[in-house]
Amino acid sequence: MLYREAGQFKSSYAEDQALFPIRQDRYGMLVLLAIAFVGVPLFASDYWLTAILVPFLVFSLAALGLNILTGYAGQLSLGTAAFMAVGAFAAYNFELRVPGLPVLVSFVLAGLVAALVGIAFGLPSLRIRGFYLAVATLAAQFFIPWLLVKVSWFSNYSASGVITTQPIEILGFVFDSPTRKYLLVLAIVCVLALAAKNLVRSSIGRAWMAVRDMDVAAEVIGIRIVRAKLIAFAVSSFYCGIAGALYAYAYLGSVEPDGFNLDLSFRILFMIIIGGVGSILGSFLGAAFITVLPIFLDVLLTDGAHLFNLSLPAGVTSMAQLVVFGGLIIFFLIVEPHGLARLWQIAKEKLRLWPFPH
Amino acid sequence: MTRILGEPILSVDNISLAFGGVKALANVSFHVREHEILAIIGPNGAGKSSMLNVINGVYRPQVGEIRFRDRAWKRMVPYEAARLGIARTFQNIALFKGMSVLDNIMTGRNLKMRSGLIRQALYWGPNLREEIEHREKVEHIIDFLQIEHVRKTPVGRLPYGLQKRVELARALAAEPTLLLLDEPMAGMNVEEKQDMSRFVLDVNEEFGTTIVLIEHDMGVVMDISDRVVVLDYGRKIGDGTPDEIRANPEVIAAYLGVAH
Ligand SMILES: Nc1ncnc2c1ncn2[C@@H]1O[C@H](COP(=O)(O)OP(=O)(O)O)[C@@H](O)[C@H]1O
Ligand SMILES: [Mg+2]
Repeated sequence: MLYREAGQFKSSYAEDQALFPIRQDRYGMLVLLAIAFVGVPLFASDYWLTAILVPFLVFSLAALGLNILTGYAGQLSLGTAAFMAVGAFAAYNFELRVPGLPVLVSFVLAGLVAALVGIAFGLPSLRIRGFYLAVATLAAQFFIPWLLVKVSWFSNYSASGVITTQPIEILGFVFDSPTRKYLLVLAIVCVLALAAKNLVRSSIGRAWMAVRDMDVAAEVIGIRIVRAKLIAFAVSSFYCGIAGALYAYAYLGSVEPDGFNLDLSFRILFMIIIGGVGSILGSFLGAAFITVLPIFLDVLLTDGAHLFNLSLPAGVTSMAQLVVFGGLIIFFLIVEPHGLARLWQIAKEKLRLWPFPH
Repeated sequence: MTRILGEPILSVDNISLAFGGVKALANVSFHVREHEILAIIGPNGAGKSSMLNVINGVYRPQVGEIRFRDRAWKRMVPYEAARLGIARTFQNIALFKGMSVLDNIMTGRNLKMRSGLIRQALYWGPNLREEIEHREKVEHIIDFLQIEHVRKTPVGRLPYGLQKRVELARALAAEPTLLLLDEPMAGMNVEEKQDMSRFVLDVNEEFGTTIVLIEHDMGVVMDISDRVVVLDYGRKIGDGTPDEIRANPEVIAAYLGVAH
């Protein structure tokens, strides 16, 4: 009875098209935002902020980017980390070479550079799809980190291409503490998530999904496929680029091109598979799951070993991680291709009817 | 018939289309007048679907020309055809499976929507107004085709007959001048066929839409069409009013004979 939309009549299409047409969802979101913006900074430890929440938010953004391309527009990509690398190195170079450029402007420009690179690597999608497209994006995944190491101008001639990010300063205010970095990342992610949600419920979002579901019918109804695909690559890479910049500036502080490897691309792909392909919420759920799971497994195994007085051989936790990830991915691919987000939706539908089953 | 049929709005001139050695269409010519309902009939594999695909640019004929309103072309792309006001449905349902009924129909409005990417990302002011304005148009079509009760349902969950109706709704949302329907009643029961026939007639009458449809059910064809074109092995073997077609010996031999 808690989750009821009965009695909530929508009297206009504007209300029906609102972001959260159901009252409970609206309140739920407000509570969540209050916790994220006020509760967490008050109570979370530095460890939680720097090792869990900031990476979670950064990965959510990257997953969101990939989800726009793969989940909404149906174009499989294995180059996510490469586009993040472009964002990180572009932001670094803008800050380095344009004195006094506000850091947020650098981030946006970095996103735009990543978008251009995304369009370039998206060109093959106009001709090929599915597996072959994935291979083409793999080219980006190997080419871009290689280029960033090879041309040492990108890292300002540092050894092996490592860059150490400049301090984040906005209007004289320095984002140096874990709490401040967290709040900055949170704000950026919230704005971009809202924008993504708006895009997917507007005409471009419908064009993406139409191209994904049946491209011939999409073209026949008047959707320009080339345009829709390239915009998907651009927007997706923009998001990944900003995620990359935040990964460098707010999470690690110092990154090298080889850190943006295929492994990272796959991690983000797993996030959307587990969280939900074609779902904004799913990007967050998947990122949370994959960020928290290793920590959870680690605690579980270490405490478990203590409990039974066993000594675990080194590397067991990372093995366990791979096994659990593998199992989950197979589970979600086969049983619930729409991921955690779909499970959440089903739970809500059940709750809506509860306690009357029909 | 209260409608006034106008001048020819679509002319198909001497179209030939081959796939490798298979001649799907051979020197086919016909025209369709404004506000007319034209049926294309013929046995399976006669080239009916290929003809629709040629008209809206999905297939490119090797020979021939299409004239639509004041434009003539030898080659067309589907996007351009859509912009010129040609919409269609497919023989095998071609809905966007992952989207709701409402979103499927809203894609029919995409051509008419103007907001840029930034405005869409903001979903505010002009973009919101645009979304609502087009939503109203779409709701009108939803009412018209009586699918209000499923508007938020993912199309994949709908029964076959309703999916066919949603596909018609999506095509209508584009407010086409020419509507191409590829076997809109195939696989339907008698009642569903009656509903669909009614909708086709209503569309034609209410919006003045010119309609070219492919249909196998001769009863339906004779009831709703103004004129019939008969194809057989890619050739046109008949063109006339339903009564003329019924009396055409070649047509009877090739096609109707089976049923009589
Ligand atoms: N895309 C295609 N590739 C190859 N052959 C095709 C294609 N489309 C249609 N054909 C062939 O063209 C002929 C006419 O097909 P079609 O237009 O679908 O007939 P109908 O709709 O009258 O049943 C058939 O022999 C069919 O096999
Ligand atoms: Mg056919």
